[in-house]
Amino acid sequence: MELRNTKYSSSSLFRSVDWVMVLLYAILMVCGAISIYAASYDYDHASMFDLSEFSGKQFLWMGISIVVGMSILIIDRRFFETYAYPIYAIVVLLMIVTIFVAPDIKGSRSWIVLGPMSLQPAEFGKFATALALAKLFSGYNFVLNKSFKNYLKAIFIIVIPIVLILLQKETGSALVYTSLAFVLFREGMSGMVLFAGLCAIAFFVIVVKYAGDVVMGITVGEMAVFIIIMVLMVGMLMFYCKSYRVGRNIAIGFASCGAIAFILSLFEISINGMIFFLSLICAAVIYMIIAMLHEKMKKILITMAFVMMSVAYVFSVNYVFNDVLEPYQQMRIKVSLGLEEDLRGAGYNVNQSKIAIGSGGVTGKGFLNGTQTKLKYVPEQHTDFIFCTIGEEQGFVGTTFVLIMFLALILRIIHIAERQRTAFGRVYAYCVASYMMFHIGINIGMVVGLCPVIGIPLPLFSYGGSALLAFSIQLFILLKIDSARKEFGN
Amino acid sequence: MRKDYKLEKRKYVIGGFIVVIVLIFIIRLFELQVCDSKYKQYADSNAFLRKTVYPSRGLIYDRNGELIVYNQPAYDVMMIPRDVQPFDTLDFCNTLQISRAEFDQRMRDLRENPSYSSYSQQTFMTHLSAKDYGRLQEKLYRFPGFFIQKRILRQYNHLAGANFLGNIREVNSRDIERDDYYRPGDYTGDLGIEKSYEYALRGEKGMEILIRDAYGKIQGRYDGGRQDIKAISGKSLTLGIDIELQEYGEKLMQNKIGAIVAIEPSTGEILAMVSSPTYDPTLLVGRERGKNYRELVRNKYKPLYDRSIMAAYPPGSTFKPTQGLIFEQEGIIDVNTLYPCYHGYINGGLRVGCHGHESPIALRAALRTSCNAFFCWGFKNMIDRRSKYGSSSAAFEVWKNHLVSMGYGYKLGVDLPGESRGFIPNSAFYDKIYGKNRWSANTIISVAIGQGEVLATPLQIANLCATIANRGYFITPHIVKAIEGDTLPSMYMEKRFPTVDRSYYDNIVEGMRMAVMAGTCRNARFGDVAVCGKTGTAQNPHGRDHSAFMGFAPMDNPKIAICVYVENAGFGATYGVPIGGLMMEKYLTGKISPERKYLEQRMLESNTIMSSGVKKH
Repeated sequence: MELRNTKYSSSSLFRSVDWVMVLLYAILMVCGAISIYAASYDYDHASMFDLSEFSGKQFLWMGISIVVGMSILIIDRRFFETYAYPIYAIVVLLMIVTIFVAPDIKGSRSWIVLGPMSLQPAEFGKFATALALAKLFSGYNFVLNKSFKNYLKAIFIIVIPIVLILLQKETGSALVYTSLAFVLFREGMSGMVLFAGLCAIAFFVIVVKYAGDVVMGITVGEMAVFIIIMVLMVGMLMFYCKSYRVGRNIAIGFASCGAIAFILSLFEISINGMIFFLSLICAAVIYMIIAMLHEKMKKILITMAFVMMSVAYVFSVNYVFNDVLEPYQQMRIKVSLGLEEDLRGAGYNVNQSKIAIGSGGVTGKGFLNGTQTKLKYVPEQHTDFIFCTIGEEQGFVGTTFVLIMFLALILRIIHIAERQRTAFGRVYAYCVASYMMFHIGINIGMVVGLCPVIGIPLPLFSYGGSALLAFSIQLFILLKIDSARKEFGN
Repeated sequence: MRKDYKLEKRKYVIGGFIVVIVLIFIIRLFELQVCDSKYKQYADSNAFLRKTVYPSRGLIYDRNGELIVYNQPAYDVMMIPRDVQPFDTLDFCNTLQISRAEFDQRMRDLRENPSYSSYSQQTFMTHLSAKDYGRLQEKLYRFPGFFIQKRILRQYNHLAGANFLGNIREVNSRDIERDDYYRPGDYTGDLGIEKSYEYALRGEKGMEILIRDAYGKIQGRYDGGRQDIKAISGKSLTLGIDIELQEYGEKLMQNKIGAIVAIEPSTGEILAMVSSPTYDPTLLVGRERGKNYRELVRNKYKPLYDRSIMAAYPPGSTFKPTQGLIFEQEGIIDVNTLYPCYHGYINGGLRVGCHGHESPIALRAALRTSCNAFFCWGFKNMIDRRSKYGSSSAAFEVWKNHLVSMGYGYKLGVDLPGESRGFIPNSAFYDKIYGKNRWSANTIISVAIGQGEVLATPLQIANLCATIANRGYFITPHIVKAIEGDTLPSMYMEKRFPTVDRSYYDNIVEGMRMAVMAGTCRNARFGDVAVCGKTGTAQNPHGRDHSAFMGFAPMDNPKIAICVYVENAGFGATYGVPIGGLMMEKYLTGKISPERKYLEQRMLESNTIMSSGVKKH
């Protein structure tokens, strides 16, 4: 009886594992290992499996990852759900310990050295947080939007690792957790939050990028953002609040004031731009308060809050940029916005990385023929800048292939998420998808010069055992949870 | 569990988000990898260090295989500003033995150079001594961005012939514009055959493609060196010059201003080409070149001015053989035609003086005595013979064309830069001065005796002598006898025949033989060699007469034809004849006979530079 049961369950495991995801995982990991071999290839050391070389070590880590992954598959399916909080607690504890025992490596205190290996607990914080968040949402009758307390609980789980990782001086890894906003969105958080987040990024970029030119007492960046805020205000009133009349009146007011200001400027009567825009927006807000007396209150209130917070945000951008960010961070942002070149400093990596990728052309220079990476022109070529090696040696064909594989993996995870019958499985899967999206978006964005340099690895590609193991664990837990979905219904 | 279908639709928002991001990345990658090709060049310029390999320049030998010019390696310190990283400047300066101020000055000069580019190699310092080179080579790894370029310098076994050898200099921006073979810092020939045979001497530059890593360390050769281009050494030149004769000529001409040109008549090869005063060719080698060059340019005796081919002198009486040939050809005289000479040519109120000799006189005797009157009469009979030519102008054109065919009035085409064409007027020239048909033979009678408007270079005079020695043809004179692995331009192999019948030349040869035996050129006699010669004494506006001589020997099967021209030295017989005679004796017998040593001594000790027209500053 016992025997039959085991046999049945193992064959069912074989049938119920999502082989598409396994295949995508395998393809990406093999491509990653080959890239590391190419990136660290040295004319003197030609063996791919030499353990003293990066590629050899990475093969070792691949083996460990697969063994750990297989073990996860044979663990009882209820294990992760049952022990989600203890696992989270252990990892959090490990992260706290790390802050105190980790040696300082290039300003970061995130590594625990265990003999020949070093581990980065922050990498394991991701799946632990995902499990804890999934556990929270799987609670009986837990609905995110039901109470504000539920939000606080979710945010609490997310913020703890962020704070701990920031204390380890790993800003990049900490930022990864912000991607969990997608999970909250999927579970009912208002789309306005995501929208506001996008606006915040856009406003930041515009204000910083066009901070140099001043027209009529206001920078071009600020002026552009104010105009965008005004357009959004009118749009929200008309289409979100459905207060067509109010929106129209404000639009007419803005347009006529703008026209008057323009005519005055023709007669060389200059108006202080800052006062002009602020008073326009104030007038609109006052008008909205009056309108609220006999219109749909709540949505207009949200619009008003959005407008006022946006204005406050614009004023804080310069402060944050100049006084909160470190000078090297400011420089990285300026480089990515094209404000500075700094080819010897902050811009060096990105410039060499663009040269490496750009020189690959359509079909690339061929395996092991990349000069930029072989001759060490691209720093961190086997870790954060591993994508350069693919770009240089495999060309546009190779980079597009890798991107499409990643896209397929993420879409597959979303597909798996949506077929889960439990909130636990779904939330966990979305967490994994979000991490993946963030890592790929930021890492490749950085390598092709679209994002500022933020040191986070490319999943399954970048050299580093912790990251590979952590991503493998994330994916194998998902495989395990997914493989059990049918049993649950029985 | 109840499914919330409204929330499930949010998967499209999240999925759409990542699809958009991936699309943006693919567009960006398309832009970087497919649209823009500049990154390929950047990557190549990062990884490949293209190092020029300089070929060794062709060597120069004299006609007897004696090595005259060869190469010596020199080392230049080069830098690529972009690659220079902070380094210990003090250590660098000490290694090169320069001061800090000098270092700063050099860096400033580099940057102010219009061809400065931080990506291309710049010459920081040239011509390092072997010792400094060794010291720097050891420490070079400490100074990233700097490297050593091996160059060649010219070295001379004989300090003679600077005027035709020329030298090499760094290319300027005009050279680079004209010929894209050159890069800043390259060398090219300047003056002389170094310039005119630059294409053969320079060879072909090669290139080594080295692989360089991000730290500037060389990792090896690209593709195992299979893509490298080997440098091809320049071709060596063998000159017609006899370097010993050249040295001897320069010695005889010391303290004199003037030129000697000696030609082997049968080949047109130039045996010696002296321009005096001359200079030590090693002055224009190495780091001091610029300074020395400026000094030579400023020197009032103009040593850089190659008088043998650039100076146009009145040929004086050396011109008379051309007249004899033309008159015979035109049927104005025959060998027995007699003209009177009563101490000169007296006609139409005009008198051209002459010295005492028998009268009337025929062609050969006129050459022997250098009789002015004979050639004036001949000239008058030709130019004013309207029955034959119609007008003086027409007759003069015939006269001029004969001279042009003998190599006068135009560049001969010697293989050296800067040759002068001399001057032979045409009838239009006189029409302009005197008016059309307002002039006749007597108006311009002095050209008959090589005075007045006619001017010739010593090379043209020597070439005339070679033509006479050959009895009626010449080969365009040339310095270079053979180019290694190449053939001479055909113009230096072909005979050129003047428009005078070859049968008339024997009379001229006999006249010139008589001038040596019993006439004006007696000092040119040596041993039992049959020497032929003609003196020239040219009046000029700069002071004393120029002393000129042309001659060849032996009379039959001549081996050498020579022209000597000494400025402001008086009669042709005083300097021209002895120097010409000694040169021929030296060349034909290899030594100077004891009974003529006194002559040699006199020439070596004499100084005519004092009476030259050069103003004292």
